[in-house]
Amino acid sequence: MLDNRAETPRVHRLVLDVPGWPGHLPGQHVDVRLTGEDGYTAERSYSLASPPEVPLLHLLVERLDDGEVSPYLTDEVRRDDAFELRGPIGGWFVWSVSADRADREAARRPVQLVAGGAGVSPFVAMLDHHRRLDSPTRMQLLYSARTQEEVLGRDVLGPETTVTLTRQAPEGWHGETGRIDAGMLERRTFAPAERPRTYVCGPTVFAEAVATALVGLGHDPSAIRIERFGSAGESS
Amino acid sequence: MTDTTDPVSARRLDGNAAGGPLAALFAVDVTAARSRCAACGSTSALGEHLVYADAPAMVVRCPTCTEVVLRVASREGRMLLDLSGAALLTVPMPVVADDT
Repeated sequence: MLDNRAETPRVHRLVLDVPGWPGHLPGQHVDVRLTGEDGYTAERSYSLASPPEVPLLHLLVERLDDGEVSPYLTDEVRRDDAFELRGPIGGWFVWSVSADRADREAARRPVQLVAGGAGVSPFVAMLDHHRRLDSPTRMQLLYSARTQEEVLGRDVLGPETTVTLTRQAPEGWHGETGRIDAGMLERRTFAPAERPRTYVCGPTVFAEAVATALVGLGHDPSAIRIERFGSAGESS
Repeated sequence: MTDTTDPVSARRLDGNAAGGPLAALFAVDVTAARSRCAACGSTSALGEHLVYADAPAMVVRCPTCTEVVLRVASREGRMLLDLSGAALLTVPMPVVADDT
């Protein structure tokens, strides 16, 4: 590991140099495996927050007080420490410029991303990749965060992103507030008529509620891809 | 949007989480593979399946009928894979990436 710094009060950014890394696609994840002195192992999945163009891997790890893996990663791991990774993993919850080049039909449809909390990680990689390669694909992100200081990936997010703050909004905030519901999805995401390819990532309850609301608005269920990370949000 | 979901369904994951454990067995990624459910006959991507990781084995269920499609576990240096709920697995072969 090269760097471990607090990105927000609850989330650390881990920067990893992985020898022999074969490259990855935006949206893919890695499994981190920790092995205790007694041989007990714990494994968690973390989405890659960095695009393929960056040789170092970035993970955004949310610290969960009762977690088995995340407190170790955020509080204990130091520069030059090593731990075990498996990856890159996944071919379903991915988007890439090369896939759009290979499928012109799909590439005409815009891409809508919807994130809850640390679920924004794979989308930071997708947006960064999109920008670096100057993709013509239209892409938007609707991102639910608790407070403004908990917004992740601020170095990457741009005008394509709508942030909604669910707990507390600063004075003078003109953006959305409150949880993502059908009305906000209707205002802030591509309409069903544009046949968007939609990716939803976040805690299970969040992701399933968003997907249900999208289908209720008339979106094609088969065009919605979901990545759930459970109730605890241990994985992102 | 509500928080009153039962704790079991709130811990539910999806087929993306099964990609890592299955990578130990398959030469290509299987989250984009399409699986036909032996119980109801519907076909969907493994990434769309429902996954329960709290059980002794990782249990992958059909998103249409919720029957068990696949179970995977590792213990004592062995890996166990039960595919009896999958009637047919169709795996896309990888295309060479060219993003540079």
